[in-house]
Amino acid sequence: MPDQTPDRIPDRSVLLDHVSIRFGNFTAVDNANLKINSGEFFSFLGPSGCGKTTMLRCISGFSEPTEGKVLIGGKDMAGVGPNKRPTALIFQHLALFPLMSVAENIAFPLEVRGVSKKARRKKADELLDMIALPGIGDKKVSELSGGQKQRVAIARALAVEPDILLLDEPLSALDLKLRQHMRTELRAIQKQVGVTFIYITHDQGEALTMSDRVAVMSRGVIEQVGEPDHIYNRPRSAFVASFVGENNALQGVIKGQSGDLAALETPMGTYEARVGGGRKYKAGDEALLFVRPEQLIPGATENAFHATLTRQEFEGATNHVFAKAGDTELRISMVNAGLAGSLPGQGESLSLGFQPMNGTILPVGHMASDS
Amino acid sequence: MNRHTLFGGAYALAFFSFLFGPLVIMATTAFNSSRFPRVAPWECFTTGWFGELFGNARLMEGLMNSVIIGVGVVALAVPIGLAGALALSELPPKLRSMLYTVLILPILIPGVVLGISTIVLWGQITRGTGAGFLYNGYFLTIVGQITFVSAYAMLVFIARLQRFDATQTEAALDLGATPGQAFRKILLPFMAPAIGSAAFITLLASFENYNTTVFTVLSESTFTTALASKVRHGTDPSLSALAVIIITLTLVGALTNEAYQRRKEAESGGRASRSPLYANPVTRALTHPGIVFAILVTVIGGITYAGSQYDSSVCEAAVLQEKLDRQEELRAEQRARIEAQEAEQGVTVPKPDSAFGGAFGGVGTPAAPAAPKPESPSAFGGAFGGITAPEVDE
Repeated sequence: MPDQTPDRIPDRSVLLDHVSIRFGNFTAVDNANLKINSGEFFSFLGPSGCGKTTMLRCISGFSEPTEGKVLIGGKDMAGVGPNKRPTALIFQHLALFPLMSVAENIAFPLEVRGVSKKARRKKADELLDMIALPGIGDKKVSELSGGQKQRVAIARALAVEPDILLLDEPLSALDLKLRQHMRTELRAIQKQVGVTFIYITHDQGEALTMSDRVAVMSRGVIEQVGEPDHIYNRPRSAFVASFVGENNALQGVIKGQSGDLAALETPMGTYEARVGGGRKYKAGDEALLFVRPEQLIPGATENAFHATLTRQEFEGATNHVFAKAGDTELRISMVNAGLAGSLPGQGESLSLGFQPMNGTILPVGHMASDS
Repeated sequence: MNRHTLFGGAYALAFFSFLFGPLVIMATTAFNSSRFPRVAPWECFTTGWFGELFGNARLMEGLMNSVIIGVGVVALAVPIGLAGALALSELPPKLRSMLYTVLILPILIPGVVLGISTIVLWGQITRGTGAGFLYNGYFLTIVGQITFVSAYAMLVFIARLQRFDATQTEAALDLGATPGQAFRKILLPFMAPAIGSAAFITLLASFENYNTTVFTVLSESTFTTALASKVRHGTDPSLSALAVIIITLTLVGALTNEAYQRRKEAESGGRASRSPLYANPVTRALTHPGIVFAILVTVIGGITYAGSQYDSSVCEAAVLQEKLDRQEELRAEQRARIEAQEAEQGVTVPKPDSAFGGAFGGVGTPAAPAAPKPESPSAFGGAFGGITAPEVDE
């Protein structure tokens, strides 16, 4: 719309400008430098204790960065308390007020801003319609189911009309089916209200399915920021490769590099694979080779491991096959071909090959299982 | 099996008599017209001791003082206790345990020490600053009691705060509430039940305190100190009447609270919808704590009114007459015995100067030295009237 003046489009971006947060000697967040765009669904993904909740509390104003600046909508938030920031936080355990009714909960942000009782009730009813729970305004919080509480918490946070909605693992307490349903719903709500969502989770399924972009964190460091498929297909560090999805890892020595591809010598042979993160290696550098279980093709002889099948785990659509190549156990995912197909038997020898573009060579670093 | 239940029943009976026997006896003595609190001999049913209790100016003045001091203590000790509990919940663990010990210490210090030290400290302060008007029983008792009573309140608040989810306050702040609003709208409503119990406990602690108060109250007196001094000068059944009032108030409070708790439990546990008691609108209304309270108050009010109209003076006059008659009878007996003795011994009137008279006569004729003035009622009263004598005097 050309006639729309620029100030009518609120700037809902968040800029973390070299943010470090320390508690005594412990560094919870180390030099985070990142821009979250206006209207984006952005996730911080990482194992517990990686600093993602600290980051969230820093954005919402419950703690101040030790170093660096947090800018919301282009404004420096230093010294601005949580009640003055254009953010709303959905707590892990929701923190609904048990002594208030559902409508009072939702209208609480309006109550503290001095909005009249009638207008509050109207807004609460509107928001209840939006979360598809009309008519429950007079119920007690304790009478709601887990999924309903979830949605009431979202409605309460949206009542402030925040620019940024921060969500701290809000789905972790729900059962699997409900969690999957809420993923779709959260995404739909985000599209509807156009607010920037910053989502904290240790569940990669949530992060990958809902987000526009994901930041993977480990030990206080942002390891990689990118779209979900980039994170999965183009990991830039050993941690990201091992934390997001399943991966087979092999250590070896670089023999040579040409462009995007490099050759890595391992005890089982020499393999060609893509170089992660556009790095340059010299011959003799130590490196890790990552190959996803679904990229290992039985029967392929190029770029292949010679392995013996040890065991299988059946999981409906996929079959997890484990095979031993030298000292390394490889994990292979096979699509269940149904009754028409056949699976290799125990003790059978297999040749497992992969396309050079589907393997990733990354520098040696800590892995998900280390932390 | 049968023997076991028998033993169990007997034990329970013994146990409850031990617990409640004294209360029952004391409550009974409040209605006996005897000047000394006792059940037997039963003289007359009377409600006069209640009147005597309310007519005791010193006790009533003490009651008024206790109420003033109690209100002052509650008004100050509850906020102080709440502040202490909040401070403790915010501190890091090491500092918390240290401050906890410091705040709890006044409970462990003997009340006498607190009382004396309060007088000494505030005596110095008021004299030093010229605020001499503060050196009075009310102010000193309030500050003296607060030193330990606020620790009681704090303990109540700590227990409640442990169940508070601190993210509730954070959520309120995040949703735009100022810290003050978060405190008023989230924390205070959560603490409301604890504030109620803390106010009740602090009021009771202030009301019943003796050790500290007896020093800090100076020349005034509270209900408790007035009561104590009354007991020291000899007890009478008006104290039993007071006991009856206190027991009644406690029972009313306990029954109303029980009705409230049961209803709340039934409602939250979902039992209310199934219970026939709650299905019937009449019984549902009758078990409402407010109605229970109203019924109790009405019944007690009725009994009190009936009691205030009861006149035991006829019975008491009859008892008094009976005693006087008995005394007269004894006096006559005495006279008769003396006359008989005199007749037996002839005209040998005992010589008062005789050393033997004192030695031998004392045992056989106790009333003999008093013989010259047999009319004196006090002499006979002392010898024969025994316990009934004081009544004749008054």
